[in-house]
Amino acid sequence: MEKFASSSGQALIEIQGISKSFGTVKVLNNIWLSIKKGEFFSLLGPSGCGKTTLLRIIAGFENPDSGRIIIDGVDYTYVPPYKRPVNMVFQNYALFPHMNVFENVAFGLRYQNLDRDEIKKRVFEILDLVQLTGLENRKPSELSGGQKQRVALARALVLKPKVLLLDEPLNALDPKLRKEMQIELKKLQHNVGITFIFVTHDQEEALSISDRIAVINAGKIEQVGTGYEIFERPRTEFVANFMGARNLFTGILHKLNKHVFEVELPNLVRFRISGGESLKLNESEFKFIVRPEKILIRKTPVKNNSFVSVPAIVESKLYYGASTSWVLKANGFMIFVEEQNKNVKFKNEFYPGEEVYAVWEKRNIVFLEPA
Amino acid sequence: MKTRVYHLFIIPSAMVLVFFFLFPLLIMFYYSFLQRGVYGGFEPIENVKEYILSLVWLKNYIRVFDSLYIPIYIRSLYIALMTTIICLLVGYPVAYYIAMKVKPEHKIFYLFLIIVPLWTSFLIRTYAWILILRDEGLINLFLIKIGLIEKPLPLLYNEFSVLLGLVYGELPFMILPIYSSLERIDISLIEASKDLGADEFGTLKRVILPLTLPGVIVGVVIVFIPTLGSFIVSDLLGGAKSMLVGNLIQNQFIVARDKPFGSAIAFVLSSFVLALLYVYRKFLGGKIDVL
Repeated sequence: MEKFASSSGQALIEIQGISKSFGTVKVLNNIWLSIKKGEFFSLLGPSGCGKTTLLRIIAGFENPDSGRIIIDGVDYTYVPPYKRPVNMVFQNYALFPHMNVFENVAFGLRYQNLDRDEIKKRVFEILDLVQLTGLENRKPSELSGGQKQRVALARALVLKPKVLLLDEPLNALDPKLRKEMQIELKKLQHNVGITFIFVTHDQEEALSISDRIAVINAGKIEQVGTGYEIFERPRTEFVANFMGARNLFTGILHKLNKHVFEVELPNLVRFRISGGESLKLNESEFKFIVRPEKILIRKTPVKNNSFVSVPAIVESKLYYGASTSWVLKANGFMIFVEEQNKNVKFKNEFYPGEEVYAVWEKRNIVFLEPA
Repeated sequence: MKTRVYHLFIIPSAMVLVFFFLFPLLIMFYYSFLQRGVYGGFEPIENVKEYILSLVWLKNYIRVFDSLYIPIYIRSLYIALMTTIICLLVGYPVAYYIAMKVKPEHKIFYLFLIIVPLWTSFLIRTYAWILILRDEGLINLFLIKIGLIEKPLPLLYNEFSVLLGLVYGELPFMILPIYSSLERIDISLIEASKDLGADEFGTLKRVILPLTLPGVIVGVVIVFIPTLGSFIVSDLLGGAKSMLVGNLIQNQFIVARDKPFGSAIAFVLSSFVLALLYVYRKFLGGKIDVL
C-alpha cells in the first residue's frame, strides 16, 4: 500500500498508515493517502466502509490506533479538534439551535482574536458568498434545508481552514436541490481555494464534484484516482462493481508469443489481444470488465479485428426514455447493455428471445488486478 | 367521538384530585377567614353579614405580616435559595458526568444510585442523619478516634445540618431533569463547537449550558418550591433558632391549635410561589417552555 504515500512536496495532508478498530471491528486498515493543496478530494464508499471514521480522525474527534495525520508538515494526530486547522460540515449541519445565523457563523471567530468590527465584516462577507445576506437574524429552525446547509458551510469557511471536511453534507437535500448544491459547492471550492475532503456514498456525486476520488471498502482503500480513472479503469472487482460496471467476465489466457495473447471465454468466444505484457497478465485465469454502455447490440457479428462479438439471446429490456437497458444471455453469462437513445425511434429494434451479438471494442476491456 | 371516550379516562384521577386536594384546600381557605376558639376549634359566627362588614375575617391575613414572623420568612427564603443553589452547583456536575463521561451501558447503574434513596421514607433518612451528625455520631467519633479533634464538632441542630438535610433530600430532583436535558443534546453540536475552536470549557459555557437551561429551570423550580414549605428537616435537624415558615404553619395546626391562622400563612405562602411562577412564565416562559 506504500504506493499511496506521496513523494511530492505539495501534499497538504498526509494520511500515513491510519488504522482504527471499534471493539473487535477493524474499521480502518492501514490507510495511506496524500491530498494536494486546493484539491477537491472525495472519499467514496458504501455505508460502514470507514470513510466517515477517517474524516473524524482528520477532524480530531477520534484517535487512530496507529498511523499519523500530517497537515502542512505538522503532525496533528493527537491534537484536540479545537487546535486543528481543519473545519467540518456535519451531515445534519449541527447548527446551534439557540443561536441565530449570525451567531452561528461568528461562533468560531471568537477564538481568533478579532475585534467586533472585524468579526462582523467577516461574517457578512461569508454570508454574501453563500447567498444568505438578510437572513442573519433567523434561527436555524426558521431555515430551509438548503439554507441550513449554507450556514453550516459559512460557519466553517469563515475560519479560513486549511482543509474543509464535508461529511455527506448533501444527503438531507431533495434530489433537485442536491444537484444545484453540487454545482455551487464546486464553484465555492474553486473561489475560496480551500482543500475539500468530501465524504459520500453517491458515485455520480463523487464523479461530478471531485478532482480525485479514493474508493474505500471495508476499511481499505481500493483505488485512488481521478473520476475518469475510477470509472473507466477500475482496478479491482469491488471498484468496478461499485461504479456500475456490471459485466464481469472470467477468462483463460493463452500466451501465443511475447506480445500476443489469446483470451478465451469458455464455450463463448476467443479473441486476441496485444500488449498483454504491459497489463501484467501472467495468470492463466483472470477477470475483466466491460461497462454496459460500452457494449452494442448487433444482428450480425462485426468483422473488424478491433471488436469482439459474442453471440447472445435477448433476455429483457427496460426503456428509460433517455436510455434503454438490455439484459442478454450468452451461454450462462449475463451481459448488461446500456444504450443511449441518440436518435428518435418509435419501435423496438430487438425482441426478447432474438439471437443477437453483443459487440464491444477491445480497448473498452478493463483487466482487473488479481484479488 | 373518540376524544370524548378519552376524556372519560381523566375521571378517576380528577376525582382523586377534587376530593383529596381541591376539597381540603377549599376547606382550609374557608378556615383562614375564621377565628380561633378559646379551646382551639373556631369562634362561632353569629351574624354572617356583620362578620363580613366588620372585616374581622381579614385579621389572620394581617397577622401573617406581623414583624414577629418576618425573620422566619426571610430565613425560609434564604434556606430555600441556598438549598437550590447548592443543589444546582452539586447536581449539574453529577448530571454532566453521568450524561457525558459514563459509558452508555453503565448509565443506568449511576441513575439507580441517585434514585435508590427515594425508596426509603424521607423521615427515616432524615433520622439517619442525626446518627451521623450528633456529638456521639459517626463523624465525630471517627474524627476523635483518629485524633484530629478533641471535642466533638457542632454538626447538628444548626443551619449547617438543615442545609445538609435539605440538599441531601432534594438533590435527585435537581440531577434528574438536568441529566435528561443533557442526554437530549445532539452530540454533533458538541463536536461542532470543538471543531470551531471552543475547548471543553468554552463548549460547556456557549453550547451545553444554554441548551440545558430548560432542565436547570425545571430542577430549580422543583427544588425551590418544596424546600420553601419544608418543615421535617428543620424540625429534626434544626436547632431552636432555625424555625422555617413550614414549621410555623405546622405549629399553628398542632401546637397553637390556631387552624385559621395556620391556613392563612399557608395561603400567603402558596400565593407567593404562584406569583414567582407567574413572573417566571411572563419573562422566560416564552423562550423556554418547561412548565
